[in-house]
Amino acid sequence: MNIKILGPGCHRCDELEKVTKEVLGELNLDANVEHVRDMKKIMEYPILRTPGLVIDENLVCSGRVPSKAEVTSFITTAMAKE
Amino acid sequence: MDILINLLQGGWNGLISYLSAHVITCLVPALFIAGAIAAFVSQAAVLKYFGPQAKKVVSYSVASVSGTVLAVCSCTVLPLFAGIYKKGAGLGPAIAFLFSGPAINVLAIVYSAKLLGYDIGLARAIGAIAFSVVVGLIMAFIYRKEKSQADAQAFAMLAADPPGKSIWQQVLFIGSLVGVLVFAASKNWIVMGIFLAVVAVILWRWFTKGEIVQWLKETLHFTRLIIPWLLLGVFIAGILTVVIPQDVVATWVGGNSISANFIASFAGALMYFATLTEVPIVKAFMDLGMGKGPALALLLAGPALSLPAMFTLTKIMGFKKMITYVGVVVVMATITGYVFGLIVS
Repeated sequence: MNIKILGPGCHRCDELEKVTKEVLGELNLDANVEHVRDMKKIMEYPILRTPGLVIDENLVCSGRVPSKAEVTSFITTAMAKE
Repeated sequence: MDILINLLQGGWNGLISYLSAHVITCLVPALFIAGAIAAFVSQAAVLKYFGPQAKKVVSYSVASVSGTVLAVCSCTVLPLFAGIYKKGAGLGPAIAFLFSGPAINVLAIVYSAKLLGYDIGLARAIGAIAFSVVVGLIMAFIYRKEKSQADAQAFAMLAADPPGKSIWQQVLFIGSLVGVLVFAASKNWIVMGIFLAVVAVILWRWFTKGEIVQWLKETLHFTRLIIPWLLLGVFIAGILTVVIPQDVVATWVGGNSISANFIASFAGALMYFATLTEVPIVKAFMDLGMGKGPALALLLAGPALSLPAMFTLTKIMGFKKMITYVGVVVVMATITGYVFGLIVS
């Protein structure tokens, strides 16, 4: 599983990264988490507001920090697809 | 040695007068308002007017004023600018949003009015709104052949936003906070107390504990982001008043000549101001004899542009457009400053 956090470096982006890593730890998953800060690369996704959460190249959430429960469901849904 | 002591003395004096009660009474409520806007105002309601299908008139008008709601944090401004430009309504509205944002967010308006006078505070807000549309239209005209990619998918994602408070709940809550601010600033403690009580009732009836924590978190975040830079800015402003001779300021940016306005807006375009620090710096220059017109020109061009911002803008829209934008802003700020200087003198 490949996870990307989109955000130029604002506090919400860091918070999203933290939440995501916590969820991964709880699920005992070893996923690759990359924090994308380059504006050009961020804009390649259909995103208007940062932070954005990308799982396997799909933007699942943007413009807010989702709760832990939400992130868990994003990740488990993506896993079911694999 | 004496010089050094003088410098530190100047900076220190700046800090002391900044920390005086009348600035705090307006800045503290303003920080809570900014926190409330960031936490509760639903951005999706505003952003849908920037979509590829939105009417241009609507896009421009919303862009010119939406900074009050959307631009409370500089880190949201650039992604949004890129989004509107590349995926939505296009270059013109995106530029209008980018230009007006830093000038019309609640903190900037309140702080400029308090520190520099209500005429400049008001002129800054009105000038920013009016000229954001003009700058946007000019840019859209120059690059009229270019079309946005109209990525409707990005705007469709807005619908996935969880529904927030209803509009009138948002208006009542933020309105009461503004009431607290206005009456705290005018030292009418009784009316302020009434508004404070209204805020308390609203929090108790409509908000969950988690939401209140979120609000306080955003407020704390703004405080941590802004206050240290502001204190530094005030300190530097205090030093400037000692270092820079009055006749130099009077010669270059005194009065209200075209050249004074141009120098002020050109210098402002290159300088980097952390959020709000432009205000104490401009105040220092005004104390040294800078005219009101050039002061406004600096306030308009300053926060909208800086060398680091130019670098990021080049990455988003290319060097040519960036330079055109800088040129248009400098010319517009010069004209606005000049006209304002004529009106107030």
